[in-house]
Amino acid sequence: MSNNHSQIAVTGIPAFIAVVLFFSSCTPVKEYQKNKLNDAEMSLSSRKVERTELNFQSYREGASGANGGKTGGGCGCN
Amino acid sequence: MKKLSLSVIGMYLSILAAFSQGSPKTDSSYKPRKLSFEEANIVSSYYIQNGNNAAVTGGIGSEKLTDISNSIDLKIGVYDRRNRKHSFTADFGIDHYTSASSDKIDPATISSASHADTRFYPSVGWTMENEKKGTTIGAGLSYSTEFDYQSFGVNINFAQKTKDKNGELSAKLQAFLDQVSLIYPVELRTSGIAREGDDYATTGRNTFSGELSWSQIINKNLQILFDGELVYQQGYLGLPFHRVYFIDGSVGIENLPSTRLKIPLGIRANYFIGDKFIVRAWYRNYHDDWGINSNALQLETVIKLTPFLSVTPFYRFYQQSAAKYFAPYQAHAVADEFYTSNYDLSKFSSNFFGAGFRIAPPEGVFKIQHLNSLELRYGHYQKTTGMNSNIISLNLRFR
Repeated sequence: MSNNHSQIAVTGIPAFIAVVLFFSSCTPVKEYQKNKLNDAEMSLSSRKVERTELNFQSYREGASGANGGKTGGGCGCN
Repeated sequence: MKKLSLSVIGMYLSILAAFSQGSPKTDSSYKPRKLSFEEANIVSSYYIQNGNNAAVTGGIGSEKLTDISNSIDLKIGVYDRRNRKHSFTADFGIDHYTSASSDKIDPATISSASHADTRFYPSVGWTMENEKKGTTIGAGLSYSTEFDYQSFGVNINFAQKTKDKNGELSAKLQAFLDQVSLIYPVELRTSGIAREGDDYATTGRNTFSGELSWSQIINKNLQILFDGELVYQQGYLGLPFHRVYFIDGSVGIENLPSTRLKIPLGIRANYFIGDKFIVRAWYRNYHDDWGINSNALQLETVIKLTPFLSVTPFYRFYQQSAAKYFAPYQAHAVADEFYTSNYDLSKFSSNFFGAGFRIAPPEGVFKIQHLNSLELRYGHYQKTTGMNSNIISLNLRFR
C-alpha cells in the first residue's frame, strides 16, 4: 500500500504542478518579447552534447523514450 | 584507434577549412534561393563503466566497458519559390567499444562477437517549414551497423504552430527494422546454430513508434513541453549470448516474449530566472507490458557567468521496477516460460550527476569566427546494483 502511495506521489505531484502551470498562467508572448525564450540554453529539445549519455541510459535502463533519445535501432548488447 | 583519432582530427580541420572565408547572412529577412550552410556539429564522447552483473555471464561477472563515440552532422537550407524553408541534415557517427563480458561469449578466442567492435550510423533528414502557415513536415532515414547487429530506420514528422506562435503540436512516426546475428555462447553451439565460415544466422526485430508532443510558451520566461510515445516492438527481443543459469545448475540463453509495448510520458519545463539563471527540469513516467514501471527526474541549473559563458550542474534520479521475467544468477526454474538475468531489467534506482560548461562568444570560440560554441559535459552514473560509469562529452558547433 505504501508503495502505491509513493508511486502516486512520485507520478502525480509533477503532473499536477504541470497542469496547474499550463492552464493558469499562459500569457501571450510577442516575437519581440522572446529574447529569453530564444536563448540557446532554453531549447526544449535534448542537446547535442547529451547524445551519448541518452544512448547509454536507454541501454542501461529498462525504460526509454520521451526525451529525444532513441527508442530503437542499434544493439546496446554490451 | 589511431585511425579513428586521425579521422576525427581530420573532420575538425575540414570543418575549419571549409568555413574559413566569408560570413553568414544574419539578416532574418534574407531568404537564400541557393542552398546555404546553417550549422554543423561535432560531438565526441568517452564512456567507461564497471560493475559485476554482466548479462553475458548470467548476471555475474565484469560489466567493464569503454566506448568512444564521434559524430558529425551538417545542416543546410534553402527557400523555395513559395517561401517555404527546406532544411537538409546529414549525420554520420562512429562508436568504438570494448567489452569485458563479450569476451566470455567464446573465451577461447579474442575475436568473438563484439569483445571490441565499431558501430557506424549514418542518417539523413529533410524538413519543409511554411512560416506563414506555421507548419513543418519532414522525413528521415537512418542506418546502423556493427558486427552482430544491423538496423534500418525511417521516420516522418509533422508540426503545427498555433496562430500566436506560442504553442506547437508535433507528431512523429518511426520504424526500425533490425537484424540480430545469432551468436550463441560457445558451450551452447550445436551444428545447427554454429557459425559457418564468417556467416551467422540472423533474425528480425522491428520497432514502431508514434510520438505526440505539445510545446507551450507560458510567459516571457517559461516554456514547457508535454511528450508522449507509444512504442511497439516485435521479433527477437532478447540477445542470443545472454546466458541464464538455472536453479539446477544448467545453462541456457535468455528467452523473452516476442512483443513489447512501451508507453513513456514526459514533461519538460525551462524557466529563465532573472538574467543569470535557467532552470531546466524534465520528468518521465514509463510503463511497459513486461512489468517495468519507472520514473525519471532531471534538474539542471544553467548559471550564466557572462552572457557568453555558462556552467550547468545537473542531477538525474531514476528508478524502475523489475521486468516480470528477471531473476538473478541460478534463480530461474527450468520450467519458466520466459527468463533473463540481465540486470538492466532488474529493480534498481540510479543517480546521475555532473556539470556542463558552455562558451559561445560573439567573435567565435578561440576567435575562430565560425566556431559558434563549445560545450563540455561530464557526468557520473551510479546504480544501486553496483554498476557505475563516467562519461565526458564535447560538442563543437559551427555556424
